[in-house]
Amino acid sequence: MEKEEAIEVEGTVVEPLPNAMFRVELESGHKVLAHVSGKIRMNFIRILPGDKVKVELSPYDLSRGRITYRYK
Amino acid sequence: MIILKSKSEIEKMAVACRIVAEVLQEIVRVVRPGLTTLDLDALAERNIRLRNAIPAFKGYRGFPNTLCVALNEQVVHGIPSKRRLQAGDIIGLDLGAKWEGYYGDAAVTIPVGQIPIEAENLLITTQEALAVGIREVRPGTHLSNISHAIQRFAESRGYNVVRAFVGHGIGTALHEEPQVPNFGPPGRGPRLKAGMVLAIEPMVNLGDADVEILDDGWTVVTADSQLSAHFEHTIAITEEGHQILTAL
Repeated sequence: MEKEEAIEVEGTVVEPLPNAMFRVELESGHKVLAHVSGKIRMNFIRILPGDKVKVELSPYDLSRGRITYRYK
Repeated sequence: MIILKSKSEIEKMAVACRIVAEVLQEIVRVVRPGLTTLDLDALAERNIRLRNAIPAFKGYRGFPNTLCVALNEQVVHGIPSKRRLQAGDIIGLDLGAKWEGYYGDAAVTIPVGQIPIEAENLLITTQEALAVGIREVRPGTHLSNISHAIQRFAESRGYNVVRAFVGHGIGTALHEEPQVPNFGPPGRGPRLKAGMVLAIEPMVNLGDADVEILDDGWTVVTADSQLSAHFEHTIAITEEGHQILTAL
């Protein structure tokens, strides 16, 4: 079977949620629930509403993602 | 989400898997120089349907045939054609069947006539790599322990494992979660549980690990055109350890 990688997309944070989760609006207009990658947490990168971020989506569940990068 | 199967579901999968294993053996018996890969495909389809099962690959994302063939530098997913087998070739045969809604999936790579010793060694190592991976399969162990064991074994013999294609969960769909890579560090991924069913399928290259897909959209070949081998079993995880459903 062909390896399915996480899908990388860009989006904008619309709302912070408890447990370091965020609601992110993707460029496509979809809103997904995203948590923050360990690397971002370790480096204490703050994420605020309005920030542009890179989100990885699982090919199996497109409604949840993982924030892997915050653009400056 | 990984779908757990009940005992009765696993019994149905065992039937589907047995059909795959038997038909695969029937194909292996007839392989000889001069046959076309379409001949093998016709035999595969006929013998699967004789057992009241349905070819799993035919029509899957548009794949045209029952059998996936992979000659020499082809890794997997070759489309059967009028190409004739020649002595010295190695041929990968990958077969899936659906019976009463449940899938079975298995593959072997075999010699056509006499083959060079380096090809022989590649086949032996790939088959052993699958066995080494299967040895890790039991409840409680991490999924990636299988992956790691396969990679370490194949690389210890000087080969490389393909990264772009992976094993998979199997059940009422041909491909389910989780993905089962043939590489990676140990101790990662979900823990195995009784009721999971996995198709483990190492693809081992004589040369580099890189692969390319031909213009037909299916055939995967090694980037350096060196030989590649592929073995696959469908395995159920049981309370006691595991059961190889596609073993005869």
